[in-house]
Amino acid sequence: MADLKPIVEMKGVKKSFPGVQALSGVDFRLFEGEIHAIMGQNGAGKSTLIKILTGVYKSDGGSIVYCGSQCRFKSPLEAQKKGISTVYQEVNLCPNLSVAENIFIGREPRRFGMIDWNKINSESEKLLKRLNVSVDVTKLLSSYSVAIQQMVAIARVLCISSRVLILDEPTSSLDEQEVNELFDVLNKLKSEGMAILFVTHFLDQVYRITDRITVFRNGTFVGEYLTKDLPRVELIFKMVGKDISAMSAMPQKCLENVSDNKAADSLLEIKKMKKHGSMNEFSLDVQKGEVLGFAGLLGSGRTETARLIFGIDKPDEGECLVKNELKSISSPSDAIGLGLAFCPEDRKTEGIIDELSVRENIILALQGSLGIMKYLPRKKQEKIADDYIKALGIKTADAECEVRTLSGGNQQKVLLARWLATKPSLLILDEPTRGIDVGAKFEIQEFVMSHCKEGMSIIFISSELDEVIRVSSRVAVFRDRQKISELSGNDLKEEKIMHTIAGGQ
Amino acid sequence: MNKKNIPILSCITGRKGGNSCGSMFNFKYLLLAATIALFIIMFGIGSVSFRGFFSLKVFFDLFIDNPFLFIAAIGMTFVIITGGIDLSVGSVAALTTMITGTLVEIHGVSPAVVLPFVLLVGSSIGFLIGIMVHFFKIQPFIATLGGMFLARGIALMINTDSITLNNSFFKAVSNYHIPVIGNAFITINVVILLSVVVIAIILAHYTNFGRTVYAIGGNEQSAILMGLPVGRTKILVYTISGFCSALAGVTMMFYMPSGNPLHGVGMEMDVIAAVVIGGTMLTGGSGYMLGTVFGVLILGTIATLINFQGGSVNPWWIRIINAALILIFCLLQIIFEKKGRKIAKS
Amino acid sequence: MAGFNLRNIMGKVAGFFSAASRSGLLWPVIFLGLILLVNAVINPGFFDIEIKDGRLSGSLIDIMNRSSYIVLLAIGMTFVVATAGIDISVGAVVAISAAISAYLIGGTLVVENGVQQYVSFMPMPVAIIAALLIATALGMWNGLLISRMGLQPIIATLILMVAGRGIAQLITSGQIITIYYKPFFFIGGGYLFGIPFSIYIVAAVLAVVMFLKKRTALGLFIQSVGINKTATRFAGINSSNIILWVYAFSGFCAGIVGLLVCSNNKSADGNNAGYNMELDAILAVVLGGTSLAGGKFYIMGSVIGGLIIQSLTTTIFSIKEIKPEANLVVKAVIVFVVCLIQSESFRKKVAGVIFLREKKSL
Repeated sequence: MADLKPIVEMKGVKKSFPGVQALSGVDFRLFEGEIHAIMGQNGAGKSTLIKILTGVYKSDGGSIVYCGSQCRFKSPLEAQKKGISTVYQEVNLCPNLSVAENIFIGREPRRFGMIDWNKINSESEKLLKRLNVSVDVTKLLSSYSVAIQQMVAIARVLCISSRVLILDEPTSSLDEQEVNELFDVLNKLKSEGMAILFVTHFLDQVYRITDRITVFRNGTFVGEYLTKDLPRVELIFKMVGKDISAMSAMPQKCLENVSDNKAADSLLEIKKMKKHGSMNEFSLDVQKGEVLGFAGLLGSGRTETARLIFGIDKPDEGECLVKNELKSISSPSDAIGLGLAFCPEDRKTEGIIDELSVRENIILALQGSLGIMKYLPRKKQEKIADDYIKALGIKTADAECEVRTLSGGNQQKVLLARWLATKPSLLILDEPTRGIDVGAKFEIQEFVMSHCKEGMSIIFISSELDEVIRVSSRVAVFRDRQKISELSGNDLKEEKIMHTIAGGQ
Repeated sequence: MNKKNIPILSCITGRKGGNSCGSMFNFKYLLLAATIALFIIMFGIGSVSFRGFFSLKVFFDLFIDNPFLFIAAIGMTFVIITGGIDLSVGSVAALTTMITGTLVEIHGVSPAVVLPFVLLVGSSIGFLIGIMVHFFKIQPFIATLGGMFLARGIALMINTDSITLNNSFFKAVSNYHIPVIGNAFITINVVILLSVVVIAIILAHYTNFGRTVYAIGGNEQSAILMGLPVGRTKILVYTISGFCSALAGVTMMFYMPSGNPLHGVGMEMDVIAAVVIGGTMLTGGSGYMLGTVFGVLILGTIATLINFQGGSVNPWWIRIINAALILIFCLLQIIFEKKGRKIAKS
Repeated sequence: MAGFNLRNIMGKVAGFFSAASRSGLLWPVIFLGLILLVNAVINPGFFDIEIKDGRLSGSLIDIMNRSSYIVLLAIGMTFVVATAGIDISVGAVVAISAAISAYLIGGTLVVENGVQQYVSFMPMPVAIIAALLIATALGMWNGLLISRMGLQPIIATLILMVAGRGIAQLITSGQIITIYYKPFFFIGGGYLFGIPFSIYIVAAVLAVVMFLKKRTALGLFIQSVGINKTATRFAGINSSNIILWVYAFSGFCAGIVGLLVCSNNKSADGNNAGYNMELDAILAVVLGGTSLAGGKFYIMGSVIGGLIIQSLTTTIFSIKEIKPEANLVVKAVIVFVVCLIQSESFRKKVAGVIFLREKKSL
């Protein structure tokens, strides 16, 4: 492969946004017939680079050579026409159109000037067969699972005769079987000469399927390596830039608070709860002052469990006891009244009220629990806001700034402040460190620990196993919408948890 | 076992990868079927209750008396499928009649010149609205509200009273009967409206433009990323609606040769009602031209039923019945959508 | 001289403007000011206020009096729009409210003690309360359809808009009911301490609303719901109830306007009462700075918006050279201008053009 020219070669690419230098002179090469991963923490610049390559952004400097000639795409459409296609995590297709139509729309075969439906249907069936998929192509896309929808997206790419396929977090919503099927397809395409760029945060998958890895860190190019020559530990080291052992100098876990007297110290107990389409039957309990971690792959049901506990979704069956008393939680306000708090995963759509100020966002849940009439006086609101801004280190000009002007990490802190202000007994955190730089990550983890010392219980949900292990005294393991096990003590090791998820005990 | 192959039997097992059962009840078709069924039922009730109801004349009258509603509703359907709305249809139609009235009657310009001109005016208004909606991201509701004020205002400024057209061309067209069977006839307006329907169906289902309209309604972001000409299509959709509104105005004059600045007051609500009853969802992304046709037929049948009932029924019941129908069809849409999602999940 | 240069002054002026515009009232006030200015130029004596028969009268008083319909509707509409909704049924609810009060009051001629008197069918307070209750209930009907059934606001309120006129006509049996009962005329046409009574009504509603906004969490919750309904719900706030009550309140305001209309016209016309008022109300809200997409709202802005629309109407009607129908065209132009100014893409493009010119001139 060394003497072959790469189909895509980017050199010294720069891009900056107001206040942020997203990319400072990075390089990237992609060859035909390979699967290449770009790895890096959130904010490292992966998606920015892809957006520049596919024409969503314009770079501020550097060169892009595609198929041997310099180019600069002005729009995703132009990139597509030239042969670079992207399949996004959210599968950007139209759910209200049929499978066949989604594949061919924009380039429908014609007969006498009108669309030839028969041809569209038969051709799309053929394309899907190449991917080992046989479905009824005349049905709406929305009637199929995400895995199939992704295959349809890939089929569209084939229809366009792309030479470069970019997959952005394709496996986030897939189960194991579906991931295998996707990888079969990718390998097949690779053998046909397609250049594939694979963006993911799942380490195992990177090692399973990719040939080459490029690492970015903080907008800079760290290096390009052959996958087989790069051990995991080294990869993580290059991505994070720190020695992992240094990270384990964390405050002591809250093991002291967990007493043997389970009944007296039980804060929350869920008995045999389930909901069709959401979670299979599960039971769990949380003690006062402990941190219970939820581990599992994306889609395994951790968020669904949290939603059931917090009253966002109503269970079909099951009991809930708070402090040993049977309670019915049918809405978030019920849960808040009982001392629960929930910091959701998707802070943009489920968390922050972006046009309101930092102050208003922070006091929102507290005000909600007080009701409409007992309005917190302005001075009190400002004091609460200022206290939390200081305590959490929220970087903002002042408390009246609109929350949407803050960075992701600071927005997350505002959300955290919102829930802490309600002084909950149980705080559920769903992926609280997602999309946050490493420094802020540690701040939040430390925070979690110090609060549990003060007697607050926490359910900590995260896809990053090291994080979960670091803060939790017990870990509940989930797979396929089921809670399969609980681990504690010496079992709290990454390998053990991964094993449990994979299926061993 | 290869899970990917979906034989018919999988419908029973409901395995992942396809929901043959779910889509057999593809709720879009179900809504259309409900609309058609409703029309048949209503016509049936009329036929049973009143003598002379069940006749070709009554059926054809549904088309003869409402060509403007049909045409404007077809234009509106395109807009609504993209997730927008057009409140200016009645006013643009009225403006069309006033411009025609003034130019033909008062200034003696030939209809051959005036008619294409007013169609151009209507399309231009639609085009400008389309630009505001797409380029300046103004919400369709308020942009077309402004268009409605503008068109109505200009129409009234031309003349506050109606202008009767004595022009021979209009009189001839308005009186022309095309015999169909026996005594039953249709008018030129009906030919126009049927042509519009046929062209609309071809556009919607057999051209890239039509499919892009549906794609925009389904997920505009995706449509853009898929490389579809979203901007062009959106602007075109409002232009078409403007054209249809103007054409509706023309058919108003063919029906009754006069220009009236108060034509079509409230027509936009009737048109929206017809489109919704026809099975098109206001959220966009689905709907059939044929459904809209039946929606207008249903509204027309209601009016006819009340007419036949004579003086004993307060004509304002029409409004209430229309409203109730809109409500029922919207609730149906919501229920079907929820059921559809449930089946897809399991 | 060092401190006194153009830059400094510009900076201070810019600071003043940005502070003013943050309160959201800058543009509406400027607009209103412009219209009043035009009037002052065209109409001599526009700003004159005299006292006739113990009542204040003059063009300004007239504008404030007549604008009470739009202002009241706009106040109710502001809350609805703030939750990212819309209520196009208010005109129909006005008609229904007017019809109910006319029906219940009427006024039959009765001779008592040799004196001819008009007596109302039902006691006036009962009629007024009935009209307001039913109007509020209709608003709640909208709110239920939208918050519990999940209908889109435009279609839910469209249903009431279409049905409402039919219902009003049913109540009045297709006729125009005339009212002869004198005390009822006070509501719309009466004067208290020289000022039209309708202004007191508006002031009272405004006072209650501003109190609610400043002293309760209502303003915060409504804005929150309008910006992000899901996040608001997750924060433990009952979004459904809030949506229910804003539509109920909108109905209530329409009920008050119905009483005013009926009282002023001394009759109720099911067909024409409240006609096109919903559009004027929406326009007033948009002029006042509240975005149709929901979120931050400006009650005083909507009030000023209502005044703008009324002054516009009065101005146009007073200029003999302009046809009164031009009113609609002017409203349309204003809608477009305001929306374009509010549109970010438009501002960017204009800024781009101006910036380009600056570059060229350098």
